Amino acid sequence: MQYRTSFVLFTFSQFAITFLDFVGILVLFANVDSLAGWSLAEVAFLYGIANLAFGLADVFVSPVENVQVAIRAGTFDQILLRPVSPMLQIVTDGFSARRLGKLAQGALVFGFAVAAVNVDWTAARVAMTLLAVLSASTIFGALWVATSCVSFWWVEGREAANAITYGGSFLAQYPLGLYGPWLRRGLAYAVPVAFANYFPATYILGRSDRLGAPSWIAFASPVVAVAVAALSALAWRIAVRHYRSTGS
Amino acid sequence: MIEAENLEKRFSVLRKAGRVRRAREDVVAVAGVTFTIAAGEMVGYIGPNGAGKSTTIKMLTGILVPTSGRATVAGIDPTRRRIEVARRIGVVFGQRTQLWWDLPLRDSFDLLRHVYRVGAEQHRRDRDELTELLDLAPLLDVPVRQLSLGQRVRGDLAAALLHDPEVLYLDEPTIGLDVVSKARVREFLAARNRERGTTVLLTTHDLDDIERLCSRVMIIDHGRLLYDGALATVADRLGEDRVLVVDLAESGAALNVPGARVVSVEGPRQRLAFRRSEVTAAALIAAVSAVAEIVDLSIEEPDIEAVIRRVYAGELTL
Repeated sequence: MQYRTSFVLFTFSQFAITFLDFVGILVLFANVDSLAGWSLAEVAFLYGIANLAFGLADVFVSPVENVQVAIRAGTFDQILLRPVSPMLQIVTDGFSARRLGKLAQGALVFGFAVAAVNVDWTAARVAMTLLAVLSASTIFGALWVATSCVSFWWVEGREAANAITYGGSFLAQYPLGLYGPWLRRGLAYAVPVAFANYFPATYILGRSDRLGAPSWIAFASPVVAVAVAALSALAWRIAVRHYRSTGS
Repeated sequence: MIEAENLEKRFSVLRKAGRVRRAREDVVAVAGVTFTIAAGEMVGYIGPNGAGKSTTIKMLTGILVPTSGRATVAGIDPTRRRIEVARRIGVVFGQRTQLWWDLPLRDSFDLLRHVYRVGAEQHRRDRDELTELLDLAPLLDVPVRQLSLGQRVRGDLAAALLHDPEVLYLDEPTIGLDVVSKARVREFLAARNRERGTTVLLTTHDLDDIERLCSRVMIIDHGRLLYDGALATVADRLGEDRVLVVDLAESGAALNVPGARVVSVEGPRQRLAFRRSEVTAAALIAAVSAVAEIVDLSIEEPDIEAVIRRVYAGELTL
């Protein structure tokens, strides 16, 4: 915390940028009453879970993308020489409290949505909400890890990988019914962000527009999250074994 | 302590083949090397650039996964159980530092204590000992990026040995160091090996390093071991062929002196190859001055890469 002012300004600007992002949704709702049948509070609920979870993943997992820098510079050699998991070393080395701004905005919108939605907060729904936030953070975190693996084969692959992480979290901010069938399938099966917030939200908010999916799908999120995390951990292991080092 | 069995590493690289087409090509960096290094040995690993020295070391540390073959370090496979191996080895790459660039040495050492989970008491004792032996006391509070190369290498050595590893890998530890720094590093390594029985595998371009530290040497080129054995044999062989360079008072035809062969004539400068076992330098100089006036002279020792190339080409057998 050497540069206090810079830290405060950066965190605030992160907060402001993401906050303006939500203002966009408010403007949208000034003109329409619903998006794909979802009210403002309900969309805010989706958006809140997405950004809260993405913010958590951003703070704790996203520094893993720095692996690209380490691979290019060859400093990944040193990381592999120390008796600590490479993932842990990269993530702790790149930790930055500045990313908290984004997380704060997500938490704020989430808080607003929880207060505004018309939901009978039974124990099951509260538990489901917590599980949804956890599963969503796990899914976003797993996406960061999986896409960072690209760097081991293709050092310049970072931008393509960002399309999946940032793109996925962006699409998760709106109801799935808004998208065409191919995009919906992609968000359910390929980059499973629909499980991060949409399916749990249909249960919590008592909505039936699961787009043909069975009703139990709302409870599948933790399973999907664990599966995606396991797959990305496997991808990471394979990637580390393929590390080619640099000439020296 | 260190075993390599048919250790092989291939890289596939993409080469340009036409405007957009890329051809996949296999490059063999290490082509099946086998050796065993006993505990407490100090072995020199030499070879020209690109011979496969660093690649071998990277496989023995777990950085690179071998394409085929097997390695064990202290009985552990570095590919499968890299983290366990990491606790038992120390590594210094002369070309790049393991230390934290912006931190003073003291903080780097402290961080390493936590990384390797060394007890506070033991850490303090080992750190103080290394600080004294490597003369680091005045440098402990200087950020690593402000250290000179020689200072940094000493810092790196201390950092690699703080957790008292059984095996020490050194990849060109004396590269770019001045004579005094080199001597100090060598002295330290010899003492460490003698007193703690640390096994050392050392790659270098500097034959002096090997001569002063290792009784055994392995020569590698094009990924293959060409020689593995006593240094004395190599040293004799290496030191045998020398070149006498004489600047004569007048240009002239190639000299004809017994025991030497003129390799080149450049105006008044002539180069004569001779063998130490056949004629002494003094006798040769006397023979030359008997037929021509010498203005200046020097003797060239053979350089290691040239000799290794000749070994590889089958011209020399060790």
